[in-house]
Amino acid sequence: MDFEVIVSDALRSGIGPIAAVYALAAMGLNLHFGYTGLLNFGQVGFMLVGAYGLAVTVVTYGGAMWLGVLGGLACAVVLALLLGVPTLRLRADYLAITTIAAGETLRLFYRSSWAEPVTGGVYGLQRFANDFYDLNPIPRGSYGVWLVSFDARDLWVLTVGWGLVAVVGALLALLVHSPWGRVVRAVRDDETAARSLGKNVYAYKMQSLVLGGVIGAVAGMLQAIQVQSVSPDTFDPAVTFFLYTLLVLGGAGRILGPVVGSILFWFLLTFLDSALRQAIEAGYVSSELISTSEVGAVRFALVGLTLILLIVFRPQGLLGNRKEMMLSER
Amino acid sequence: MRCPRVLLPVLALTLVLVAAPPAQGQGEVSRGRGFGARLLQSLVDGVQFGVIIAVTAVGLSLLFGTIHLINFAHGEFVTIGAAFAFFLNVSAAGPGWHLIPAAAAAVVFGALLGAAVDRGLWRPLRARGTGLINLFIVTIGLSLLLRHVVLVLFGARPASFAQYDIQNAIRLGAIGITPRDLTVTLLSVAVLVGVAVLLQRTRTGTAVRAVSVNRDLAEASGIDVQRVVLVVWILSGALAALGGVFYGLVEIITWDMGFKLLLLMFAGIILGGLGSAYGAMVGSLVIGIVAQVSTLWFPVDLQYAWALLVLIVILLVRPEGILGRPERTG
Repeated sequence: MDFEVIVSDALRSGIGPIAAVYALAAMGLNLHFGYTGLLNFGQVGFMLVGAYGLAVTVVTYGGAMWLGVLGGLACAVVLALLLGVPTLRLRADYLAITTIAAGETLRLFYRSSWAEPVTGGVYGLQRFANDFYDLNPIPRGSYGVWLVSFDARDLWVLTVGWGLVAVVGALLALLVHSPWGRVVRAVRDDETAARSLGKNVYAYKMQSLVLGGVIGAVAGMLQAIQVQSVSPDTFDPAVTFFLYTLLVLGGAGRILGPVVGSILFWFLLTFLDSALRQAIEAGYVSSELISTSEVGAVRFALVGLTLILLIVFRPQGLLGNRKEMMLSER
Repeated sequence: MRCPRVLLPVLALTLVLVAAPPAQGQGEVSRGRGFGARLLQSLVDGVQFGVIIAVTAVGLSLLFGTIHLINFAHGEFVTIGAAFAFFLNVSAAGPGWHLIPAAAAAVVFGALLGAAVDRGLWRPLRARGTGLINLFIVTIGLSLLLRHVVLVLFGARPASFAQYDIQNAIRLGAIGITPRDLTVTLLSVAVLVGVAVLLQRTRTGTAVRAVSVNRDLAEASGIDVQRVVLVVWILSGALAALGGVFYGLVEIITWDMGFKLLLLMFAGIILGGLGSAYGAMVGSLVIGIVAQVSTLWFPVDLQYAWALLVLIVILLVRPEGILGRPERTG
């Protein structure tokens, strides 16, 4: 087994663009779940409308990329309002069911033959981010330290991605420590108390849903830009479950929770993947037991197990506050 | 407040009607039969699909009624039922039983699985005082874990049972149904009636209903709530496994079939009223019919999406569902 390759793979993944995408999406989810106590099981739906808003505007309608970005953000706002109006007045479990159903419904609509003229159906849309790559100021070549290196293209995505994470993180930090943030956390801890103080709980929940959804849409766009393609099946409901895992791992209700969670999640996931594959090839793990094609499934099963164990034994994750996370008895 | 509540579904409906004509045109070219005959046929298909959803959904709804838990891993119980029957019936490593004993064994296995997760996971968690929201997240972790374990053991390829695979349809005037589908439909109805009798006529059933109306009062009047919860888990696991076998029989067995069905079950139980067993039956029937009848106008790949849209519309106009009680919603 070649440990250098394993560590290099894992490091690349842990600081790579995909970790930035998941960190961003989880930041939106953190605003929903960690700060407002909204159980959104359909964050992937916001990523989907963001990514498609961009791709459809550019590829199908020939718009400029900045217009596409605005389109994606607008789609996320509309989706949040559509979801919020019927469910935010109801109990938390209704929001959970509706969001998971909405995410899957959107995926089915976007991949259907009916929507194919606009969304490209199961094939999706490609090559819509040329404007973004034309802006790349980094000269061609490969850049790296120690075991990790990225080419100019990846490095550009990486810089923008983690830059967005930093900006969104700073804005969220200001926001949750503002009076608005205090009300939102009060809603999470005791909705009735917040209401009895004259706060319009419904409006605050809606604002949080919209804002977190927009952050999710930005994450979706970043993911689409990174591979220059969108396809409906990358927006599987399981993505939301991964987001919950890494959010709980890092610590919900903490600004840095999703960031630390995402880096660690992708590092460990890739480490496991790479190590398992090498162990099977080297014969340490019998290929009767697990074949290389099953490694993907095994690691996702372990993600599920990790999520259960985290919630049971350490619901506050690495950075969170146990008391805050135990309060979520609604 | 009445106005927008009515307006949104109307808007949705208008959108559907605007979009309908082209798809309708395609449908009529591709099939020769008259509209009435096709409507009748899709109604029959819808009832057949609906009763299967109902068999799987009743347990989910009862569980919600008694312990207020939304089991996001319920779909995996369905898949495991079908996959276990497949193992006994077809798999090279299995004993190669006939489907009927294999199905019976799968139901027993489902019941044991239900009992095992109650005793092994939920009861300790309830004893630890883990909040309801955190329990929901545990169920998505469990769903992720079980689904990918099934993927490793069963494989990604869809499969069918060894018996009753291909049959000629019996023609009854305009409609046709295979003996297999007819049997499955009648058996499903019989099972649903059986559940209703169990709930209405037996001591255990009365206890289940009492716990779901008022847990504290039931406990105070000497009902062993822990035992009732265990019974509900067993019932829920057994019915899910049976529904999985039925679905695998009339459609196909895949590793993610349960997750797809789960969203339809949610639509069914919310439509019928969250927590009500009879509501789940009625709601699932409606969802099954909506899914099948929609194929008259819309592409088949969207049939599940319409069923899920029904869920969002029902939350807008009557969140407590057809048979639900309003106090459950807020």
